[in-house]
Amino acid sequence: MARKDRLSGNEAVAFAMKQIDPDVMGAFPITPSTEIPQYFAQYVANGEVNTEYVTVESEHSSMSTCIGASAAGGRAVTATSSCGLALMWELLYVAASDRLPIVLACVNRALSGPININNDHSDSMGARDSGWIQIYAENNQEAYDNFVQAYPIAEAAGVRLPVMICQDGFITSHAVENIELCEDAEVKDFVGEYNPEHYLLKHENPLAVGPYGVSPYYMEAKVAQAHAMMNAKQVILDVGRRFGEMTGRSYGFFESYQLDDAELAILLIGSSAGTARACVDELRAQGKKVGMLKLRVFRPFPAEEIAEALKGCKAVAVMDKTESFSGNGGPLGAEVRGALYDLPTPPRVINYVYGLGGRDFRVEDCAQVFDELAEVAVNGVTGSTYRHIGQREE
Amino acid sequence: MIHAKDINEHSPWQQLTPGCEIYEPGTAAAFNTGDWRTATPIYHADRCKQCLLCAPYCPDCALRVKDGKLTGIEYMHCKGCGICTKVCPFGAITFEEEGK
Repeated sequence: MARKDRLSGNEAVAFAMKQIDPDVMGAFPITPSTEIPQYFAQYVANGEVNTEYVTVESEHSSMSTCIGASAAGGRAVTATSSCGLALMWELLYVAASDRLPIVLACVNRALSGPININNDHSDSMGARDSGWIQIYAENNQEAYDNFVQAYPIAEAAGVRLPVMICQDGFITSHAVENIELCEDAEVKDFVGEYNPEHYLLKHENPLAVGPYGVSPYYMEAKVAQAHAMMNAKQVILDVGRRFGEMTGRSYGFFESYQLDDAELAILLIGSSAGTARACVDELRAQGKKVGMLKLRVFRPFPAEEIAEALKGCKAVAVMDKTESFSGNGGPLGAEVRGALYDLPTPPRVINYVYGLGGRDFRVEDCAQVFDELAEVAVNGVTGSTYRHIGQREE
Repeated sequence: MIHAKDINEHSPWQQLTPGCEIYEPGTAAAFNTGDWRTATPIYHADRCKQCLLCAPYCPDCALRVKDGKLTGIEYMHCKGCGICTKVCPFGAITFEEEGK
């Protein structure tokens, strides 16, 4: 039986953590994720969870705590944002390459500088090659739902990889929305007991974790890790389907909105999807064939599925909420364009960088993107494929 | 379960353990680290008084002691640091460059 409530995105994630009751939390505050360990500390103080709550001196240490706890055989959890994630960098790679199924609640925030506490995706997008599974939420409900699905994905045989559950800082983390929560017992049952085959505290079977990998082994280790990420695709679909059977809310790699007959499409990640959906509705009412693809899973990257979903479009706008300073566009733009390249007649792709450091993405901005796409599709003149939107110009 | 002895430099990636975990203790014994050596300690039994000052100084247990007596140097793990040659008061361990 579901129960209805009204929670902020941070509250929703903290509540999911409570229902999961992980063994160890590495806790360190940073805006806008601070509330997650803060709410969770109340659950610990009230005796509502059995979690060992470790207050550490930095994010480098919170991820190190999670690595130690996970290697020891426990379920480990942490939350962070922005520069906190950046300080974890070295350990993100250690967690993934040691194949430790840690779950991190990432509340997306811009990286410095100029120093800024508001939302964009530069923190987690920067960590895109660290070997973590990355799942993004549009709203509080999805942040909660994704978090409940995280451990079953992370711990699955053939995967064993850490998972980053991302939501947009302030836009969802601090906004209160209606939400449908699972019962505690449902979550416990869905997530299940964690019984790893090998762990450091299993004294009858001594284990070494994270050994040195000389050249004759490193390449093989990385190929194995890459296959674990590929294996995650099917597991993510299976877990998303199983979650749907429990709640009525099924999840895949992405949501297609009005894409079936769309000539123009916008592809984006996170809370901007609500804005884009409203814009699609307005333009559809005017008879324009427009649609949206809201990407939920960025790692592993569902390239074939995206190509299949967009193959009928004439032009696609790929929206990067991060600047990669490649001089050629953002990471999402590069990967989507790569995914579409092998289609017999790929759509034109325009890559927009938008919404940096909390810059609003309004319905009018989205309409402007569709206007520009229409130019590209009608006139066939692509122009610059790397554009910024939402900034002041002289 | 995959044992360390079953993994070698010819193993395909499918036969590595997840994260290169090692499921047993003491596997360093099977790993030849002596090939790092550029100089070699040579044990001269005729000069040795069996004082055993050398053995606890070896950073890698390469000085083999059996029944209270030094029996020689185990070159599979000796990295040629030369500490034992400095510690010995009797010149029973000399230090010679590899290849000479």
